[in-house]
Amino acid sequence: MASQADYKDRQFLAVIGDEDSVTGLLLAGIGHVTAPPDNQKNFLVVDSKTDNAAIEAAFERFTTERKDIGIVLINQHIADRIRYRIDTYTQAFPTVLEIPSKDHPYDPEKDSVLRRVRRLFGE
Amino acid sequence: MSGAADREAVFPTRQSLGIMKAKLKGAETGHSLLKRKSEALTKRFREITRRIDEAKRKMGRVMQIASLSLAEVTYAVGGNIGYQIQESAKSARFRIRAKQENVSGVLLPAFESYQTEGNNDFAMTGLGKGGQQVQRCRETYARAVEALVELASLQTAFVILDEVIKVVNRRVNAIEHVIIPRTENTIKYINSELDELDREEFYRLKKVANKKQRDTAEEDAQMKAKKEQQQKELSALAEGNEENEAPKAAPEDDGPADILAAEEDEDVIF
Repeated sequence: MASQADYKDRQFLAVIGDEDSVTGLLLAGIGHVTAPPDNQKNFLVVDSKTDNAAIEAAFERFTTERKDIGIVLINQHIADRIRYRIDTYTQAFPTVLEIPSKDHPYDPEKDSVLRRVRRLFGE
Repeated sequence: MSGAADREAVFPTRQSLGIMKAKLKGAETGHSLLKRKSEALTKRFREITRRIDEAKRKMGRVMQIASLSLAEVTYAVGGNIGYQIQESAKSARFRIRAKQENVSGVLLPAFESYQTEGNNDFAMTGLGKGGQQVQRCRETYARAVEALVELASLQTAFVILDEVIKVVNRRVNAIEHVIIPRTENTIKYINSELDELDREEFYRLKKVANKKQRDTAEEDAQMKAKKEQQQKELSALAEGNEENEAPKAAPEDDGPADILAAEEDEDVIF
């Protein structure tokens, strides 16, 4: 509830995903690079060579450090790599959303929010 | 008796009884209000979870279509455009705005997507070939992102509602299982103490009345005895008149003084 105060400035989306997902979402026009001094991008391309620490750092940056991001999109197979971070993330802002990728079909069983839905209704 | 039960530390007076009764009433009103709030929120919550479930499935389909159109682009352009696009991204065209919705006093944020005008980072993408596919792909992805934004606002509402419902339910349970029983116990305790005081008072009054009765009876007896004695003395005096006139005066003075003193005592007692 404390996070309700700062939701007004959040106007961007952020992406952590494989190349195709990021390319597509950038085409839609969500890409944003902040003003020259820090040049922070709001997207991260992850491939098989990217290590988990880098993903985690990006997740951390998007969710806690940056105050202008309202939604964090993350590919489900990448979310699986830092699953413990996603599952322990319970804040309302920014919202973390797991999206399917081209090579990995969407599995509702793994989604942290859907799992909570299931647990609440005892299914 | 009520010392063992859980109750508030108050003195058993009529004033605190009044306070406790008011408190109990307040707690009951609060309980029913909170219960209703919790029900309203739960209703909303269930609706949202159902919509999340639907939206998640829809998202799966939309994203599939979007990746297909991206594959079309890759094919048409004849190479990977990912790098070019990542490098040319400068300023977000697609942005979100948060607005609030009020559900029984809980502010639920909802995201709304909008596109800024006159901001095209990818004007050169697909200039050589595949421009149409690129355009179509952008539209498809824009629609997909819209669906994602909708889902995200549902999810935010879900997280906040979840938290609020927990808090409200905790309050409802606290009032129902802690505050109301404790206040009732306190009222019971005060009542029993007051009854006890009443009984004590009654017993005391009875005792006092008994004592008074006894005292009066005793005094009556004393008076009677005194009167009899006086009578005797008087008759004795009357008899003695004939023999001796001189000593008569002194006893007669004593007699009335004694009676006066006795009467005064009587007055003091009653």
